[in-house]
Amino acid sequence: MKMGTRAGAFLGAVALAAGLVAPASANEDPVKIGFMATMSGPPGVLGKHLYDGFRLGLEKAGNEMGGRPVEVILVDDELKPDYAVTKAQELISRDQVDFVTGLIFSNILMAVFRPITESETFVIGANAGTSTIAGRRCSPYFFSVSWQNDQVHEVMGKYAADNNLERVFLLAPNYQAGRDAVSGFERHFKGEVVDTVYTPLNNLDFSAELARIASAEPDAVFTFMPGGMGVNLVKQFRQAGLADKVKFLSAFTVDEATMVATQDDALGLFGSSQWAMDLDNAANKEFFENFLAAYDYLPSHYAAQGYDAALLIASAVNAVGGDLSDKDAVREALKAADFSSVRGDFSFNTNHFPVQDFYLTQAVKNDDGQYVMSAVEKVFDDYGDVYAADCRM
Amino acid sequence: MDMTLLLVQLLNGLQLGVLLFLVAAGLTLVFGIMDFINLAHGVQYMLGAYLGVVFFGATGNVLLTIPLVLLGSFIIAVVLEHLVFRRLYRADHLSQVLATVGILLFVTELIEIIFGTQLYQLPVPQALDWAIPITDTLQYPVYRIAVIVVGLILAAGLWLAVARTRVGALVRAGASDAPMVAALGVDIERLFLFVFAVGGMLAGFAGLVAAPIVAVESHMGDQILILCFVVIVIGGIGSIQGAFMGALIVAMVDTLGRTFTTDIMKTILAPSAADTVGPALASMLIYLLMAVVLFWRPRGLFPAKG
Repeated sequence: MKMGTRAGAFLGAVALAAGLVAPASANEDPVKIGFMATMSGPPGVLGKHLYDGFRLGLEKAGNEMGGRPVEVILVDDELKPDYAVTKAQELISRDQVDFVTGLIFSNILMAVFRPITESETFVIGANAGTSTIAGRRCSPYFFSVSWQNDQVHEVMGKYAADNNLERVFLLAPNYQAGRDAVSGFERHFKGEVVDTVYTPLNNLDFSAELARIASAEPDAVFTFMPGGMGVNLVKQFRQAGLADKVKFLSAFTVDEATMVATQDDALGLFGSSQWAMDLDNAANKEFFENFLAAYDYLPSHYAAQGYDAALLIASAVNAVGGDLSDKDAVREALKAADFSSVRGDFSFNTNHFPVQDFYLTQAVKNDDGQYVMSAVEKVFDDYGDVYAADCRM
Repeated sequence: MDMTLLLVQLLNGLQLGVLLFLVAAGLTLVFGIMDFINLAHGVQYMLGAYLGVVFFGATGNVLLTIPLVLLGSFIIAVVLEHLVFRRLYRADHLSQVLATVGILLFVTELIEIIFGTQLYQLPVPQALDWAIPITDTLQYPVYRIAVIVVGLILAAGLWLAVARTRVGALVRAGASDAPMVAALGVDIERLFLFVFAVGGMLAGFAGLVAAPIVAVESHMGDQILILCFVVIVIGGIGSIQGAFMGALIVAMVDTLGRTFTTDIMKTILAPSAADTVGPALASMLIYLLMAVVLFWRPRGLFPAKG
């Protein structure tokens, strides 16, 4: 492992040196971006949303940055951390990319974080935002264009506290992100946690847990069930007749990607997000219309993040006039976040994670009969994460 | 302990049990009679759900969808048997595992190419889309009760067919000593094909009835297959009775374990420790059970007589 990272750093340094000797031909050389995400298997749909959003963002940038064409190298990490590390090293040493972006899952981000940042290649995290990277182990070469994991869960805890939901039942999968969700929720929540139940990862059937919820009679349920787990939970929650009696608060559970499968069963359920399709700003309207026209399906927050990632990179490369050899200048340009985010207000915190607004969202059927998440109210305004204080760059 | 909660969990266990049984029945017969390890059996379950989505989308009629899915699953099983599995009956177990995993990967990928990676859904039939109130907040969905009833009827029918009919006698004889049955002039290949196709059809039907409860996606068969192997190891390979009892035991242990393990742990451990140990222990319970059964009754609880 040690050897691997050292070799990676060495190869990265070689890559860097190679980049330094050829500034003269910079104008013909493409800006190389490695896009690494989970594209296959059940979570592949998230990677597809993210990538389609990213491509649309590149198109918006005119497929060129700082006068140079753009080359994207797509890598499927297959949700296997060891495989992702190998692929990341290929991106750094063989392809000599200028940026790596994508990165849906926390465990993949954690695996490739050190090899890439130690090679002094910029990482633009477009989804996962683990606490260690936001805090103690933050890097000057990492920027997140999504959120810090806890923030999204904190929104729900804050909402529950503000709306006098006294008794809440917590339900999460039994792995690190599930436990983070629970602690994130509890940070602002002041009422009583009736019970905390951890289910096996990739649980099929929630009937046992739903029966417990029903007999506990809480005011609300808070859950974090990404992907197919969320679909199962939502359908079964509705079938058990709980949807009309218990408030359903969630994070990464109900979104445009999963509502394809849950349809009416999700209507009225609450989520938490930094973005919604109906956020009223010009950039968002343009994004939504172009996305639907280009890909013929509804964008989710993953697509919105991919779009913003492309715009952020383009803004930085444009600001330095396509010359990526001065890393400090590129970093300053990224930090300026000089682009119109589809979520509205956007700036970077001291730890390179966004300071942004968070909304309570609700699953609705719009006038065109589409299932979308609608922003109901703003819960946090210009909100940073709690780990920024631990980050020293 | 809360008695209504226990009652509801018993119903939940029963419902999961009959679903597991429908998939495990084909698996155990194929394994028992043909000595054939079919890791692609979960694919039949997954395809049943997708056939349901396709046929319901085309017809919009539940009563038409069911026979179409059964027929489709039957045909798929026959095709797979003819193209691939037929050549593997005399191969060793390693070759069978490799080949059937190959089929599993191939079909899963094919489904992803055709349908994409997004999740699909099948609605609950309208007539069954309501719930019976048990207490003020506790309701039990009628659809799940219907699954239990249909599953029990099928289990009884299957048991009668195996125990009381001529084909059933051949199947039982095949499970005990296939070469001897062949020597007595029975067309054992036809028998294999028949058992295989019926097993595939039952798994497809299980996928269809599970589709309104869970998300339809290309990997949905993988997890159920693992549970079904646990079922047939506990129940005894080759035995319908064993598959039924094994399915119920696994489902009950899993459902009740998930509900009550953490609570039980809380009586002997600190709450935070119980929150960590409870869920971990709950997801291990069925495998612990399997280990215990393998130790004391290596041939399972209800082995096919041989």
